[in-house]
Amino acid sequence: MTGRSVGRREFLASGAAVAGTALAGCAAGGSSSGSDTIKIGVLEDRSGNFALVGAPKHKATMLAIEEINEAGGIDGKQIETFAPDPQSDNQRYQELTRRAIDQEEVDVLWAGYSSATREAIRPIIDREDQLYFYTTQYEGGVCDKNVFAVGPTARQQLGSVLPYLVEEYGTQIYTIAADYNFGQLSADWVKVLADENGAEVVGEEFIPLSNSQFGSTINRIQEADPDFVMSMLVGANHTSFYEQKASAGLEVPIGTSTAMAQGYEHRRLDPPAMANIYAGVNYMEEIPTESNTKEGGFVDRYYEMYPDAPYLNEEAQTNYFSVYMYKQAVEQAGTTDQAEVRAALESGISLGPEHAPEAPAGGSIELDPATHHVDHHMWVMRADGEHNVEAVADRKIPEKFLTDTVGCDLASEDEETQYTPQDYFPEAG
Amino acid sequence: MVNGLNLLFQFLDSFAFIVLAAVGLAIIFGIMGVINLAHGEFIMVGAYATTLVNVRLGLPLPVAMLAGVLAATLFGLVVERVVISGSVPNAIGRRLVGRDVVEPLYDRLADSMVATWGLSLIMVQGVRILLGNSLDQIGTPLGNLAYGGFSYSTYRVLLAGVAVAVLAFAYYLFTRTDYGMRARATIQSEHTARALGVDTERTYMTTFAVGSGLAGLTGALYAPTITMVPTLGGSFLVEAFVAVVVGGSGVVLGTLLAGGLLGSINALFSNLIGTFFGRIALLATAIVMLRFLPDGITGYVEHVRDRRREGT
Repeated sequence: MTGRSVGRREFLASGAAVAGTALAGCAAGGSSSGSDTIKIGVLEDRSGNFALVGAPKHKATMLAIEEINEAGGIDGKQIETFAPDPQSDNQRYQELTRRAIDQEEVDVLWAGYSSATREAIRPIIDREDQLYFYTTQYEGGVCDKNVFAVGPTARQQLGSVLPYLVEEYGTQIYTIAADYNFGQLSADWVKVLADENGAEVVGEEFIPLSNSQFGSTINRIQEADPDFVMSMLVGANHTSFYEQKASAGLEVPIGTSTAMAQGYEHRRLDPPAMANIYAGVNYMEEIPTESNTKEGGFVDRYYEMYPDAPYLNEEAQTNYFSVYMYKQAVEQAGTTDQAEVRAALESGISLGPEHAPEAPAGGSIELDPATHHVDHHMWVMRADGEHNVEAVADRKIPEKFLTDTVGCDLASEDEETQYTPQDYFPEAG
Repeated sequence: MVNGLNLLFQFLDSFAFIVLAAVGLAIIFGIMGVINLAHGEFIMVGAYATTLVNVRLGLPLPVAMLAGVLAATLFGLVVERVVISGSVPNAIGRRLVGRDVVEPLYDRLADSMVATWGLSLIMVQGVRILLGNSLDQIGTPLGNLAYGGFSYSTYRVLLAGVAVAVLAFAYYLFTRTDYGMRARATIQSEHTARALGVDTERTYMTTFAVGSGLAGLTGALYAPTITMVPTLGGSFLVEAFVAVVVGGSGVVLGTLLAGGLLGSINALFSNLIGTFFGRIALLATAIVMLRFLPDGITGYVEHVRDRRREGT
């Protein structure tokens, strides 16, 4: 729970940011490049619909920035932030993105939870050629010279959990997904991956985001009697599905790219609602890497800075390591000039476990120069009847869709496109 | 056969959800002419109080549910005094500037909507600031009914019985008690009722408290089945408003008939085609009803009755 004091502190911080902007306007806007600080824009939701998943993203970004500042900054320059609360409102995101670029002149921007938000601000980002990190796990396919989509894609997440479940339980899959862009494309990926793994999608249902009653959906799953369910449900209304399927006695195993790792349902719901659910993720608080769990590790540092935080989620880690990717690129480029930092990011940045807690000891994650996506270390995490979470499989999975199928190569060709699986796979249609 | 049972349970489930979502709203709208856009947030108060009392204080679920109803009722009383009737700000106003500062919101549809919408925004954000973005929640009790390859949550099927009991309670309250008599007199003609000695302001206050209490009961009953977030009231609003539009101004009969009609349409379409079409069918029904029966089912029944009376 975000405690009262934190709320007040955040309120003061954003108030100060607003006041700061007003003053900066008068003082004939000192440009940040060439100055002795680096300015980072952080637009993450701390209220509104996505507050539950957005708040940890904000906090982990601040943790990385504070660590870097304490250790002497980037090339000796301290980082300052422009971090107002966009309140899960896409229009507000657009206004704040413009302000971050035009008035605050940020050197780099982190922004947004949902794909809808990313698509709302991407035209602004592209018009201004703003260096931008998008850190949510998403449907994949964004090939854009200004965008570093460093969260895992549907192909990576589903590609880790689906083959595991086919091997464990069988080949008949039933898909339930949120009825919008992300859910539809993820369901297409389930079909593509089922095909690649010799499995079959025997049923599919798309659920409107406003729906919170799942009686008929549960009946339909029972009627199809699949070996396992793939769930790409999104948001608070859809979370009710897990409680309702448990109370209806539906005991089929469920694979997911959305539950547990983002909204920590295994902590919020009463057991056994999440029993036998398998999440394909690059990170959640429980992954057993040394740099994550050791004393003074990532989890410890996070809760030391935010003792009242309810959970450290998947996206939070992505925000955290991408700040370190940016740091490495700026130090390599020797400047905050955005074109040069982008070139440095495209030179093959790699992070070890110390700054990328998802990687096990001796492992690493790589930023792919051609696609601006990350070769993640992916984990299959299972919740048991008491909601204890354990890792059942893990391996490194590169982002293959943009590389192999689309042939996106941003290092040599400038593009601003989002590709979908229907464009390339007949079975996805 | 098995599919028939699916359909039946689905119907009972939808019926209970629609009736319980709508009944508090219908009472406040039908008797006071106030459209309470914060209705969902009153449900949230009931659900949150139930969950907090059960999870944090460790009291058993039935006690926690009672606490949920009480919390929503008391909260409703405060809202009625401060926002709807304006008697608290007016008392302060009379002391400070020697006159009333606000008019009551009774029978001012548009104004009551704006005021209660503002209230709902304050409540959602207020709860978010005080209690965070989510609460740990209660599991659904009572297990499931298994039949063939299917099963359904026992608790959710039982809610249909609770919904009927709530309607029976409302019927008793409005037809067999002194308060019910005064409330109906107040709807028919406020001035006449007041001339005959009915304290209409007190009637309004009680009505709002009863409506809020029933919203709290809905929240308490659904707390073990839905996700505890500050915006949870929103998931009841569509069903609640569609039911009031379809049912019309008759509180008990309207809610019962609307619940029956909408419940069967929703169950049929979501069972045969899919959840998405179940929702579409619900909204399509509302549009058709608004076009052909603008006063709802009970309005139509009254209309037919009046005509017959004229005929004889």
